[in-house]
Amino acid sequence: MSAPAVETTSVTPAANPGRGTALLRLVRRNPALVASLALLAIVVAAAILSPLLPYDAYRQDILHRNARPSLQHWFGTDELGRDMTARLAVGARVSLIVALTSSLIAVAIGVVIGMVAGYLGGLSDSTIMRFVDSMYAFPETLFAILIASLVKGQLAGQSTGLLAPLAEAYRLSGGLLGVLLTLGFTCWLTTSRLVRSQVLSLKNAEYVLASRLAGASHTFIIRTHLLPNSLPVILVAVTFVVPNAILLEAGLSFIGVGVDPPTPSWGTMIAGGVQSIQSYPHLLIAPAVAIGATLLALNVVGDALRDLFDPALRASRRG
Amino acid sequence: MTTESNAILAARDLSVWFSARRPSVFAKRRWVRAVDGISLTVMAGETLGIVGESGCGKTTLGRTLVLLTRPTSGHVEFAGRELTALSSRTLRAARRRLQMIFQDPYASLDPRQAVEAIVGEPLRIVGIAAAKRRQRVAELLDLVGLGAETMRRLPREFSGGQRQRIGIARALAADPQLIICDEPLSALDVSVQAQIVNLLLRLQRELSLTYVFISHDLAVVRQIADRVAVMYLGTIVELAQTEQLFRAPRHPYSVALLSAVPTLATEGDTDPTPVLLSGDPPSPVNLPTGCRFHTRCWLREKLGNPAICAEQPPALAGDTMHQAACHFADETAAHAAPLLRPERAS
Repeated sequence: MSAPAVETTSVTPAANPGRGTALLRLVRRNPALVASLALLAIVVAAAILSPLLPYDAYRQDILHRNARPSLQHWFGTDELGRDMTARLAVGARVSLIVALTSSLIAVAIGVVIGMVAGYLGGLSDSTIMRFVDSMYAFPETLFAILIASLVKGQLAGQSTGLLAPLAEAYRLSGGLLGVLLTLGFTCWLTTSRLVRSQVLSLKNAEYVLASRLAGASHTFIIRTHLLPNSLPVILVAVTFVVPNAILLEAGLSFIGVGVDPPTPSWGTMIAGGVQSIQSYPHLLIAPAVAIGATLLALNVVGDALRDLFDPALRASRRG
Repeated sequence: MTTESNAILAARDLSVWFSARRPSVFAKRRWVRAVDGISLTVMAGETLGIVGESGCGKTTLGRTLVLLTRPTSGHVEFAGRELTALSSRTLRAARRRLQMIFQDPYASLDPRQAVEAIVGEPLRIVGIAAAKRRQRVAELLDLVGLGAETMRRLPREFSGGQRQRIGIARALAADPQLIICDEPLSALDVSVQAQIVNLLLRLQRELSLTYVFISHDLAVVRQIADRVAVMYLGTIVELAQTEQLFRAPRHPYSVALLSAVPTLATEGDTDPTPVLLSGDPPSPVNLPTGCRFHTRCWLREKLGNPAICAEQPPALAGDTMHQAACHFADETAAHAAPLLRPERAS
């Protein structure tokens, strides 16, 4: 363990070997990663600190509509005179909450379904995976639109009975809940495939056989061997799902089945900006660049995480 | 062979057929007969060697004996209980004293678990408390010659031989009566092989274990086994006391196997030409009629291709010390003598 650390001591004298130095070396080798991490940090900070900004994202200022970027309004104001900086920051919060929460839902669904299909095998596996195949054949965006309008139709009206608490939550979240559910139910397909194939190769590993011989139950085997050893694959899946969720959320909001106005999300801001693209292009450019840059950064970080968590790759880099 | 009452593990008419990939959906389903009608008994305290070339079904047989693979037909009885009749839930507890050591020490340990977790797993499954478990794991590691201080390390920090010791410690944690050793040496260096063999022999003495030792290394089997079963294409073709088999084999396939073992010839030795078998073993999907070995049998040619070989499958016959599945077992013995090296004076 100490030998490889010696090579890096020229830069970091007190490097303690392990994952920490691995990350450090990765950063040095990969400046794009540093830039991406910095950008994501800014986005996250903006999302968290948005209440501290001088302007309120919802306050209209009719006298200063469609203002160009200035020292007062860094990104200008929109067609109702609301400060674009504040709206971008609140939009970042909405987009990140949606992306992370829906990814969590989607990955959880994908892991469970992939694990069950791979572990059971046989007929259950075929049935589940043919269902997944047929879902794949359906255009993702179209499916998301269908579910979103369904959820919206069910929850946005005056519902009573079973759905009443859900509808209340939906109203309180400004339409966020609908998007969360939609994305959660749409984005799990790839995860389930990845996890299934991993489980298929793991479940006949000799250490799993040994565990079975020792009398382990199925839940024990899944908990102690299959899940931990599927973790890298699950991580890879997350790096696919999060950017995809951001993009889908923007798309849904853009066509009006996502987040409800006046809640700003990057998607609704783009939708608003498109209407005045010729006179006031900054209203479109700012949220579009925000989405594009965030997605790029997430992909770069995802790649790096994949490298870091893959023991085989790490071993080959050491050797 | 001792009396039947001493048997700890018995297999009767064990068959494992896997369905082969069909060329098209409309083609008839075909079967790979990995294990085809094997019966054998293992006596308490002995070591039964199972030898044969790659693909003859040794590993499948080993895994079926512990029911990691469910047999297509046949029965397995362990310590007086018929395992094949149990549901998978009751089976879990019933076969705990039947453990296995695996071939690949790199694949048989979970790369994300520390040694303590790996060796302690069989104890954890039966709900032994953490403190007691740690103590027992330390004992087991001592027993296999690793030392308790290795407990917190990960498998990738160990060499192949050390990993195999960890695998052995894990098998011992379940307090087994019988251990199936599935080619435990084939991934190791020769010098390390000797250490592991010695370890296995010592453990057998100290813990009065029974082994089923699967291997393709005849020299190791000769050293460790009391009896040897020779497998060919999913069946046992010869079953004998080890020395009997090595001195006077009664099946042409065993003769070919034995004569293929390379030795260092000293000057003046008349080195008999080895019996070389032509071609690969037939596919276990399309088995030859009659005796499975007749397509490659050197003796059949010498005897003028008797028809019975291609028509009638021979049964395992002979006394309890030595059984062979050949229509011409006596002729084999006669022809084999000049083919095998004379015993060195020892």
